[in-house]
This record gives sequence, C-alpha cells and structure tokens, in this order.
Amino acid sequence: MHIFKKPHILPSEITPQVVYTHRRNFLQLSAGLVIAGLLPDAQAKLGPGKASVFSTNEPLTSLKNVTSYNNFYEFGTAKEDPAEYAHTLRTKPWTVSIEGLVKRPRTLGMEDILKLAPLEERIYRLRCVEGWSMVIPWLGFPLASLLRQAEPLGSAKYVEFITALQPDTMPGIRRGVLDWPYTEGLRLDEAMHPLTIMAAGLYGDILPNQNGAPLRLVVPWKYGFKSGKSIVKIRFTDREPRTTWMKSSPSEYGFYSNVNPAVDHPRWSQANERRIGEFFKRKTLLFNGYADQVSHLYTGLDLRKYF
Amino acid sequence: MNSFKLKSNGLKLFVFIASLIPLGWYVWGIQTDNLGANPIEVVTRGLGTWTLNFLLMTLAATPLRHYTGWTWPLIIRRMLGLFAFFYAGLHLITYLWFDQFFDWLAIGKDIFKRPFITAGMATFLLLIPLAVTSNARAIRTLGERRWKQLHRMVYLCGVLAVLHYTWMVKADISNPLIYWAILAVLLSARGLSRIQKYNVTG
Repeated sequence: MHIFKKPHILPSEITPQVVYTHRRNFLQLSAGLVIAGLLPDAQAKLGPGKASVFSTNEPLTSLKNVTSYNNFYEFGTAKEDPAEYAHTLRTKPWTVSIEGLVKRPRTLGMEDILKLAPLEERIYRLRCVEGWSMVIPWLGFPLASLLRQAEPLGSAKYVEFITALQPDTMPGIRRGVLDWPYTEGLRLDEAMHPLTIMAAGLYGDILPNQNGAPLRLVVPWKYGFKSGKSIVKIRFTDREPRTTWMKSSPSEYGFYSNVNPAVDHPRWSQANERRIGEFFKRKTLLFNGYADQVSHLYTGLDLRKYF
Repeated sequence: MNSFKLKSNGLKLFVFIASLIPLGWYVWGIQTDNLGANPIEVVTRGLGTWTLNFLLMTLAATPLRHYTGWTWPLIIRRMLGLFAFFYAGLHLITYLWFDQFFDWLAIGKDIFKRPFITAGMATFLLLIPLAVTSNARAIRTLGERRWKQLHRMVYLCGVLAVLHYTWMVKADISNPLIYWAILAVLLSARGLSRIQKYNVTG
C-alpha cells in the first residue's frame, strides 16, 4: 500500500483541477464502467471514488483555495498557517481507536479503515461559522461503517471525536489558544446519518495535511468546526460531550452548531455567506441546504436554544 | 526659517507617500489576485489594522517629542491623524459595501446588536469631529483650550478601536494584546510627561 507514503504535498503536485474535472466528466460518460485501477492516469491514488446521490452539482471551489484557506488552529490561527506549517504532521503510521460504550473497543490502522467501505466521492457544501463557504469534492465513506466495527452499546447516545495532538509538529499547540486536543462531538443518530462521512481524500487524491490528513470527519449540515481534522480517537458516551469550542466560549458555540441563518452567532449574523471565489454574498440555507435529509433529526427541538 | 520649512515640507511629502503604501498594496493585490482565497476579508481587515497603526502612530507623536526633544513628530502628527481617519473611512466603506452591500437594515442591526461593530462605529463617529477640526482655522475658532479638550478624544478613539479589534477575534487575542500593550505604554507616557510638566512649572 503506497497510499500514505507522501507526507508533504504541494497543491501543485496534486492532480490539476482541469484534469480532475475532465476525468470526472469522462467517468460520468462511461457510466461507471471504468474501474479506477484501469485508468490510464497512474497518479490517481485514492480517487476518483464512487459517485454519490448526496453530491451537489454546484461549481467546485478551486483546489488552490480549498488547500490554502484553512482553519486548523494546531498550526496557527491565520488562514494561511495550516498550508504553511502542516507539512510536518506525521500521518503514518496512523491508527484510530474506538472506545467507550462499545462491545468491542478497537484500534484500527489506516489501511484497514480504508478497506471498510468503498470510497465515495461526496461533493458537499462546507459552511464555516465565520461566514464563508466552499464546495469540496471529498473522498470518503460513511462514518457509520467505521462506528459499527466497535458495536456500540444500547446505552451509547453520543460520539466524541478526539483529534491528533503532536506538540512537536504543531506550533499552535504551544500557544494556549484552545484546550487541546481539539475535540468535537455528535449525537449518535447524527453520527450514523448517511451524510456524515469520514474523508480520506479530496479532489481525487489523499487529504493534504492542512485539510486534516489522513482522516477527518465531514458533517455537511453543521458549521465547519464540527468536522474535526486528523481524528485519532472516537469515544461513545451516554452524556453530551463538551467540545473544545464550547469550553472556549459557551455562549457562542453550542453542541449542535447546525447551520442556521435564523440563529445568529452572538457577534455576527449568520444570514449570509461568502462562497469563496465569489464577490456577492449568498443567503445561507437552513442545515446548509441539507434540510430534506436531516431536519427530521431535530423534530421538536428548539434550534434557538440548542444552537 | 526657510530651510526649516523646506525640510518639514520634504518630511511631510515623504510621510504622505509612505502612508499611501498600504492602500497601494491592497489595490495591487486585488488587481493581481494576490490576496489569497478571500481577498475581501484581507482588504477589510488590513484597512482596519492600518487604521489602528495610524492611530497609535498619532498617539506616539507627542510623547516622542517630549522624551527626545525632536520636533519632527509634531510636524507629521496631524497628517498621521488624518491618515488614521482616511483608513478608518475606507475600512468602514469595505464593511458597508462588500460585507453588507448597503443592506441598511442589517447594518443597523449590526450596530446595535454586536458590541464589536458598535465600538468600531463609535470610533469612526468620534474621529469625524477631530478630522474636521484638524486645521489652524478651527483652532482659532474654538480657542486653543477648547480645541485641545476636543482633541483629547483621540485617546478614547484609541481605546475603542482596540476594543473593536479585541471583540472581533474568535479565540486568539494575541494580536489585540499587542495593541493594548502599545496603547498602554503611549497613554502612560503621556500621563508621566504631564506629571513632570506640572512638577517643573509648579
């Protein structure tokens, strides 16, 4: 397996967007008959991945912007910091342990994780709590297929995600900006939802470090910070986990953090967003446009109170 | 006298051109698409940072003159203050235009609901009378004492501007803290020089 060999990828080394887009078109034309391994493009490492009904057909945010404008505070709080410093992140070997209220606590290596389910291409909108958004072609698989490996107990109600803590490779850790390691959490039904994926790649190739290599959570109907990067541990609990941002500022960041134009962040409005690469702002959609798929999860829940 | 005038004019011209460099940088950056994925954010924040920089430079002029005896800080003080106002105005315009697209209802809500916007807007409003009265005629009309009293408001502007910055950031307040530290040094330097002055004269 040569999948995780390259520790440092420049955006320019990854398949150019034009080639990528062409390849997608070509694949769509050949109606899925072409198997990834038989493609003439020997560069393809993970992709292109099975197409998904959950994908949007909105124009993609450029690879350059996806990989140069990131929030990954372990590598600094400026947007360009992760692209500059995250190349030091050690992503091999990588294991993810699943523990807590499960029948079979397990630690899985990256190679095994990638065999759990076929990789799919999921083109999702990503809405950051700061008021900007992107459209990103992730490569991943449903989180549920990973969670089932550990056979969660009936008492498990929540899932906590703990991300990598490498003080020697992460300059941001030394500054006490947040409570490290960065942790996030989901309700069990949110975690098992088919939209929720673990991504191992984007734009047809393995995840660049600044985007959360080698494995990250993607929960497209919640603000971006809910989608933890570089996950190392998953813990099932019966109590709502306190996430890093909730500890940092409980009045500003709630557990749910569903994208909702009607519920403002205390310091700024969430009604609009700027799609990266666009000049005019667009209206933010409830659940980031995934209301049809997820609103049933929140029936009867006061979204203002449980923000 | 003539050579002094010549020198001070040269200095002013130099400072004037130098003060336009940040603006030039952002204009060039936009033209060449060199400001990253979110250029509007870079420009808006950059213009805010330069407002702060010019405000602090303005506040530094008097203590610098006091402790060094140099006269040049006083020669450029007004210009620095006006550039602070200039950048504050551009910063405000980027917010009104590219952030809100002149949605006055949303802007009004922002001003009343969000403390950091309130502080920023208050800073700008307080800077207006200072900019308007930054000429010799205004000093004559107001009288020196009242003019000085009015212009002491620049301290308040400094505090409000840094507050605006502090309330805006998400978690990492290290940069605002640097501005607070500089502001504290400048304000206490003024306090000290004042006490010294009273001791000498009284």
